[in-house]
Amino acid sequence: MPSGEAQIGNAGQSEREASTEAAMEEPTAAQVKERGLYRSFGLTDDEYERIVSLLGRQPGYVETGIFSVMWSEHCSYKSSRKVLRRFPTAGPQVLQGPGENAGIVDIGDGLAVAFKIESHNHPTAIEPYQGAATGVGGIIRDVFTMGARPVALLNSLRFGALDQARNRYLFAQSVAGIGGYGNCIGIPTVGGEVVFDERYDHNPLVNAMCVGLIEHGQIATGTASGVGNPVLVVGAKTGRDGIHGATFASAEDPHAKERSAVQVGDPFMEKLLLEACLELIATGKVVGIQDMGAAGLTSSSAEMASRAGSGLTLDVSRVPCREAAMTPYEIMLSESQERMLVVMTKGEEHVAQEVFQKWGLEASVIGTVTDDGLLRIREGDRVAAEIPVTALVDEAPVLDRPATRPPYLDELLAEPKLTEPEDYGQDLLRLLARPTIASKEWVYRQYDSMVRTETFVRPGSDAAVIGVPGTRKALALTTDGNGRHVYLDPYAGGARAVAEAARNLVCSGARPLAVTDCLNYGNPEKPEVFYQFEQSAAGMSAACETLRTPVISGNVSFYNESHGVDIYPTPVVGMVGLIEDLALITTSEWKGAGHDVYVLGALSDSAGSRSRLGGSEYLAMRDPANALRYAPPPLDLDAEAALQRLCAEAIRRRLIVSAHDVSDGGMLTAFAECAAAGDLGADLNLAGDGQALMSLCFGEGTSQIVVEVEPANAAALEDLAAQLTVSAVRCGMTNSDGALRVSAAGRAIVNIDVAALRESWQGAIASWMQ
Amino acid sequence: MNLLAKIYVTLKGSVLDPQGAAVTHALHALSYDAVRDVRIGKYMEVSLIAASETEAHELVRGMCERLLTNPVIETYTYELAEVEQ
Amino acid sequence: MRCAVVQFPGSNCDMDAVKAINHAIGESADIVWHTVASLEAYDLIILPGGFAYGDYLRAGAIARFSAVMEAVAHEAERGKWVMGICNGFQVLTEGGLLPGALRRNESLQFRSEIATLEVVNAETAFTRHYRAGETIRIPIAHGEGNYYADEQTLLRMRERGQIVFRYAREHNPNGSVDDIAGVINERGNVLGMMPHPERAVHERLGSADGARLFTAIFESWREAYAKR
Repeated sequence: MPSGEAQIGNAGQSEREASTEAAMEEPTAAQVKERGLYRSFGLTDDEYERIVSLLGRQPGYVETGIFSVMWSEHCSYKSSRKVLRRFPTAGPQVLQGPGENAGIVDIGDGLAVAFKIESHNHPTAIEPYQGAATGVGGIIRDVFTMGARPVALLNSLRFGALDQARNRYLFAQSVAGIGGYGNCIGIPTVGGEVVFDERYDHNPLVNAMCVGLIEHGQIATGTASGVGNPVLVVGAKTGRDGIHGATFASAEDPHAKERSAVQVGDPFMEKLLLEACLELIATGKVVGIQDMGAAGLTSSSAEMASRAGSGLTLDVSRVPCREAAMTPYEIMLSESQERMLVVMTKGEEHVAQEVFQKWGLEASVIGTVTDDGLLRIREGDRVAAEIPVTALVDEAPVLDRPATRPPYLDELLAEPKLTEPEDYGQDLLRLLARPTIASKEWVYRQYDSMVRTETFVRPGSDAAVIGVPGTRKALALTTDGNGRHVYLDPYAGGARAVAEAARNLVCSGARPLAVTDCLNYGNPEKPEVFYQFEQSAAGMSAACETLRTPVISGNVSFYNESHGVDIYPTPVVGMVGLIEDLALITTSEWKGAGHDVYVLGALSDSAGSRSRLGGSEYLAMRDPANALRYAPPPLDLDAEAALQRLCAEAIRRRLIVSAHDVSDGGMLTAFAECAAAGDLGADLNLAGDGQALMSLCFGEGTSQIVVEVEPANAAALEDLAAQLTVSAVRCGMTNSDGALRVSAAGRAIVNIDVAALRESWQGAIASWMQ
Repeated sequence: MNLLAKIYVTLKGSVLDPQGAAVTHALHALSYDAVRDVRIGKYMEVSLIAASETEAHELVRGMCERLLTNPVIETYTYELAEVEQ
Repeated sequence: MRCAVVQFPGSNCDMDAVKAINHAIGESADIVWHTVASLEAYDLIILPGGFAYGDYLRAGAIARFSAVMEAVAHEAERGKWVMGICNGFQVLTEGGLLPGALRRNESLQFRSEIATLEVVNAETAFTRHYRAGETIRIPIAHGEGNYYADEQTLLRMRERGQIVFRYAREHNPNGSVDDIAGVINERGNVLGMMPHPERAVHERLGSADGARLFTAIFESWREAYAKR
């Protein structure tokens, strides 16, 4: 996989000294070894020795810097590579799997969708506005690098609890940064998720996803082939931003780092770069093109040469610089934003220069493709580095990290014992006001979700839906993940993230196509964290196999820990589905009074009335001290697949008018959301009492979907469900008197005005942020 | 001669400054009770070459009025000083 | 009707305007680059939404010095219809083609939602397909849409029917004085508005209320053309 994360630049004290030193006089190869300078770059003694043996000599200063970033966790995926290889990545729909800037799937009519998700966690922890903004900028570049026009953005966010001012600041600034970039560049931010939990207190997660549309013939790749072809750097000038960011994204406490090296995003520049690159790719004269993300010129050039099995000779004195007297070391490692590396067909350099000039941008030839397999960096006549590309890419260390099952997993209890609430309605109102459950309107109203005028389902439903211009088709898009569930059951939690994402798409009328994943974990050097990583990835793989949604792109973010506490293992699944006809678009809000409300999917597990409260937000609310002591329910992937088949088929036959999956907050929350969004009440009945009823009302991790059916279609839905052997239970009917009433075994447990539900749900985050 | 103009752009007194109001509020929350009001503006440094100081003043006023401020809502002051190249 | 949609570096609603014209009145529209010096060939000129020149310095401040803006001013003088949407409105106020200025939203946040507007003046060439006092739903998406004009200017604008759209009472999203969402010049041929009518031309987009703005100008053009 390419290095995705255009990670932060923040050199620590020793590194800053090192680069200052370089500006004055570059240390010799011998000094790099004697003074142990390589250690301050993050290389171990073993890695240094390995470099010496690969080169057959001591590496020079610039070479050491290049190795250190290419062999960093961030670029080399040295801890995760073996695990990532196990993801299913093939399928008839896959046009481009992992290994490029973004994956691509076919959607028919000669069209395809390119997409990828990427983390920008560490930069956001330090400078949330710019960290989040440049995360968005980086993922957009990954998509248009493939020749695709970016058409939608999503994001998955995690913050600490909002009762802390620092968390509110990180949240507000990240949201502003995401909006600031996406709004300016004119790509709608159409969906995502936000979760608040103290486990993310000093470690916010910002995962940004971009989706683009492309014609089959226009796909570009990051390949540097063809001896003698010119290599150009295009877009913004190079400054001293974020030198060594890639290395330090992999280091522990982000707060220990220097602030000044944070990259600043320029969405205006990126808008011009986007238009210029798409115009250039359309000329057919581009051999290869690659975003300069983490580790800038170093990783982009090495990766492009590696894919082609070629070599490159670059002259850093020809790279346009923003600052005076930049050294080869600084130019190679700069993480200045909004730049691309382009290989043109020989003799066609002027085409690039003409296109870029029109957009007011620079395009400078800095070198050529060779066939000697070497990455050769010159500064004028002087050779500053000469390294075999294979040594940088293929010979990068691959680690077998030890994995140990954490003891807490074996100490989990089966069933929380809570006292039954006096009034389920009051608990529901409190639950709806929990920031994780509450409406995210405060967030998404800061995002332009409508630009491009193809957004048919705006943020707030199960999945966003955007039209495919020129066709009757649409795309459904979602991101999903639940760190607490993964923490409590890594395998099932990983599988569930995939299942939930797919379920969201199915509820919108789509057929899920493929997955992009953003794998956020703590310190992989801790065997227990590595176990969480391995197991959750295995669970995701199993779900991807069952649901036929291969993984086509993604990234890994480790070292999300602070003060020794790791975040919840938080794999985030981004998924894209295809809606064959606009008429099939389905949303979650109730549409009319007098409609039947059904719950599809088993109301209790096969084991009987086993509790589903483990891992739930309800348990976290009722008994925070013990929220991590109970196991979440198991996941039956075959039942999940059958449920999704039923929902998809029911939508295709136009049997249902709304569909909403039961997720965070459980079934009562799902009812409340359908009611609040549709401004309709309902009279519903559930079975059971005591622990079983609480589990039914507030349990999570279930495979269930709430659907609304016009009475004339109820029998047909029941027949279809029976045919597909999926439970479909009629719970009652929507009403026009504006109240949600739920009873269980004849006892009224909820009776609340929809207006009151909406008030709790809609106003909660805004009231924290005032 | 080489000159440096330090230009301060502020909102006119009659125009509401929500950013300034937010900062005032934040300072009060930090117990800076002495703070009566905050107005936020922009600061720009323009280095320029002019034949005389008179010409420089004309240039700076011109650019402030045409581009650097919107006279409907903003006003400006500046300092001009000769500098080494 | 010959329509031009001006494209500045950083415009991003240019294609949306073209699509809306196409959808609402079946006409095509040309995208015109900011360096073009003449717009003589066009009947309607749209300055679209976006972030021209990144909105650096002030929204619209740099764009208004583009070569094309002289042509826009020239055609406005000749009575052609000019419509500035969102960023286009900001360019028109910066350039002095419309009164007032647009400041940062009072909330200091970008605001994107479907806004409810009141049609204040339904007698302009742009709004004749609405009823005065009618409530319509049109999306907004801006960080600097807080309209300002001094009291004297406002008084004059009210007298001359230059306030065309207001945000519905209690639903002012940005702090605009007098809830102003859209204004027109005295002559009645240059309209500026923060809401995006081009984003509301069919129901799948959440509202079709913006379409009538395009049908109105189309009818105005047909009448003018017939006279000629």
